[in-house]
Amino acid sequence: MRRRADSARRSDAFFLFCVYAAAAFFVVIVAALFVMLTKGSWLSLQTFGLKFLWTSEWNPVNNTFGALPLIFGTVVSSLIAIVLAGLVGILAATFLADFAPRWMARPLSFTIELLAAVPSVVYGLWGLFVLAPLIRSYIGPALQKTLGFLPLFQGPIYGVGLLTAGIILAIMILPTVTAISRDVIAAIPEDQREAGMSLGATKWETIRSVVLPAARTGIFGALILALGRAVGETIAVTMVIGNRPVISASLFAPSYTLASVIANEFTEATSDLYLSALIELGLLLFVVSFLINAMARLMMWTVFRDK
Amino acid sequence: MINKDVWDKNRGGRKTRSAIGVFLTGLCASLAALALLAVLGYVIYQGARAVNPAFLTQLPKPVGETGGGVANGIVGSLITVALATLIATPLGVLTGIFLALFGRGMVAESVRFLSDVLSGIPSIAIGLFAYTLLVAPFKHFSGVSASVAFAVLMLPLIIRTSEEAVRSVPQTIREGALALGMSVYRSTMQVIVPAARPAIITGLLLSIARVAGETAPLLFTAFGSPFWTVNPTQPMAQLPLQIFNYAISPYEDWHRQAWGGAMILILAVLVLNITARFVFAAPKNRQ
Amino acid sequence: MDFAPHAVTALMGPSGCGKTTLLRCLNRIHEILPKARVEGKVSLDGEDVYDSGISAIELRRRVGMVFQRANPFPTMSIAGNVTAGLLSDVPNSARAQIVEKALRGAALWDEVKDKLNQPGTSLSGGQQQRLCIARALAVEPEVLLMDEPTSSLDPISTASVEDLMESLAKEYTIVVVTHNMQQAARVSNYSAFMLSGEDGIGHLIEMSETRQMFTKPTDPRTEDYITGRFG
Repeated sequence: MRRRADSARRSDAFFLFCVYAAAAFFVVIVAALFVMLTKGSWLSLQTFGLKFLWTSEWNPVNNTFGALPLIFGTVVSSLIAIVLAGLVGILAATFLADFAPRWMARPLSFTIELLAAVPSVVYGLWGLFVLAPLIRSYIGPALQKTLGFLPLFQGPIYGVGLLTAGIILAIMILPTVTAISRDVIAAIPEDQREAGMSLGATKWETIRSVVLPAARTGIFGALILALGRAVGETIAVTMVIGNRPVISASLFAPSYTLASVIANEFTEATSDLYLSALIELGLLLFVVSFLINAMARLMMWTVFRDK
Repeated sequence: MINKDVWDKNRGGRKTRSAIGVFLTGLCASLAALALLAVLGYVIYQGARAVNPAFLTQLPKPVGETGGGVANGIVGSLITVALATLIATPLGVLTGIFLALFGRGMVAESVRFLSDVLSGIPSIAIGLFAYTLLVAPFKHFSGVSASVAFAVLMLPLIIRTSEEAVRSVPQTIREGALALGMSVYRSTMQVIVPAARPAIITGLLLSIARVAGETAPLLFTAFGSPFWTVNPTQPMAQLPLQIFNYAISPYEDWHRQAWGGAMILILAVLVLNITARFVFAAPKNRQ
Repeated sequence: MDFAPHAVTALMGPSGCGKTTLLRCLNRIHEILPKARVEGKVSLDGEDVYDSGISAIELRRRVGMVFQRANPFPTMSIAGNVTAGLLSDVPNSARAQIVEKALRGAALWDEVKDKLNQPGTSLSGGQQQRLCIARALAVEPEVLLMDEPTSSLDPISTASVEDLMESLAKEYTIVVVTHNMQQAARVSNYSAFMLSGEDGIGHLIEMSETRQMFTKPTDPRTEDYITGRFG
């Protein structure tokens, strides 16, 4: 009897050890990510210091590395994506949560969520061979004709560039914005809607003036989360942004992002400093997306805490 | 905003505006769904012309020659993804079990938080991690380093779905097992995990689908190869890499092959997603 | 309080008075919930079950439990459920016998003998509860704890489980929690009445032979409860 209890106790101890070890190992992995990236970029961190972030010359030939044009390209392409995906995604989420008939809402939601499953390289391929020509021949000229007085829409249209990258990114983050916003909107208690309707508002007015404001925090969290995805997206952007480290006012101009520089140049990097500067870009991406995601998660937790 | 007087004054206008509003939301939802159909439709339209038995069974031809296939890329991808699954599954499921059954307080919250945040870390940064860990020290690229990067990418999803799956097994079932004098190990592995299995498998399939299409971390881990590569300690051909390289090349025939590869990839990923959703998403409460 | 061997003891009282909590302390199943603690002593055959030398696992093999809601293991067959608690060193040849014996003991054998490989969850509610009893019996415990075993059953299933309790009492020591006085009166040899005090903590008010408690209760609060004059 005792012997059997002992063996059960031993196997339990071993099992619990495995379970705790797995969780601990997972934490170690996340810590190791940060440590290894810092170690890899140490040379560059020492050589350039904070200057790395705001000098604008990215020139491997004379070993000068300033990330500003890359940060610019990353920020602008992500902002375009957030504006487009935010607008379409929040409205679509409203439709799915409140207006779509039941038979329609589920398959439509599923279809939109499948957008998240399409591999990045496929979006890049599509962007390069379908979207970029469209922008070069139709969308770009049309924008130039109507809004050409803005510096944003001046200059030659190459097809590839900030705008194309922004649109591709928008499609890629659309499912994130839509799915989370839909859940947030659906989580607003029914009595809020009833209260609005009982005041004589139409359903649309209720959604706009009662439900959406109440869902504000959660939707904002969804946008931040989507921003995190846009900032780190690599392959699709690399294929359609034009890959030139310049800062230009025009959205038609080619640009470069942190992630696409790494993708393009890493295996060609010859000097240690070059390699180290590229890893520092990776470290920058890691830290920025860590902060963005941490913020978004904290916001989502406050929204869904009661559930 | 909600002011009865204003609303009553302009009843007809309000109705019209509301209708337009609702129409706009519907339009946006359709637009989002159409985006998928546009991408999917075009990939299949172009891809169908490139995919044939030779494309699926042959090696790539050297630059300048037409024809050839992506067989080595498909096999290489299968191997790296399978290895990644082998690494990530035990680690992820056990961590999920930890969060659902044993972890409490700050420790569990922190693990959960890290897992959530890790799911948003760009794959290219994780690829660099695998590079500094497994490529730089050995001075050559390898399939294993790609698998490790994939495994790290898979973990958050596996952890989260396993936690939810185990947590959704009713407490009464767990008590029932312990009341029989089962050890914690047996009650977990013989009663709780089997009950949670369909949901755990769903999570696994989704995480496989997520990494199967990943390209960025492969650039400096598996690196790619024009040859047959089945040894994971060496550089390996990978389907997503082939699509990427063919797409940005200047050759017409390679563009065609990029579409063919993209079609195979997208169909594989969609099949995984749909299987996960409909086949393993078993009825929630079978009691 | 003492639980007499080979007899049914009923724990009664209004909800929230701690009957279930007390019951769960008897086989240390409360330990799986965070922040649970026990003050006082529980002894089985004179041994303190909270002694550090006693494993909760071993204790639970000797003190089986049946829950308020039937909880057959969802992924296991009927036979699999019955043998779930057996150790892996029980040979397959012995298992079939154990299954039959336990199912007969739980008065379920005749209803399920032709479908032992079907899932346990395919049975009706009353059958599921008897399956859970069989599952507990297969481990051959000395004591059987039952936490409102019939509260989610229809009257006919309730009757069959009550009959079962009576026959089981010949071999096992049974402690049953119920808030149904008629049930306590029908099935138990001894009864304990509990009540939560002003401080929110449950207290044992009275414990005696069931017949005596229902005819001549010593404490006025027990009398109030039994005669329905409560609250």
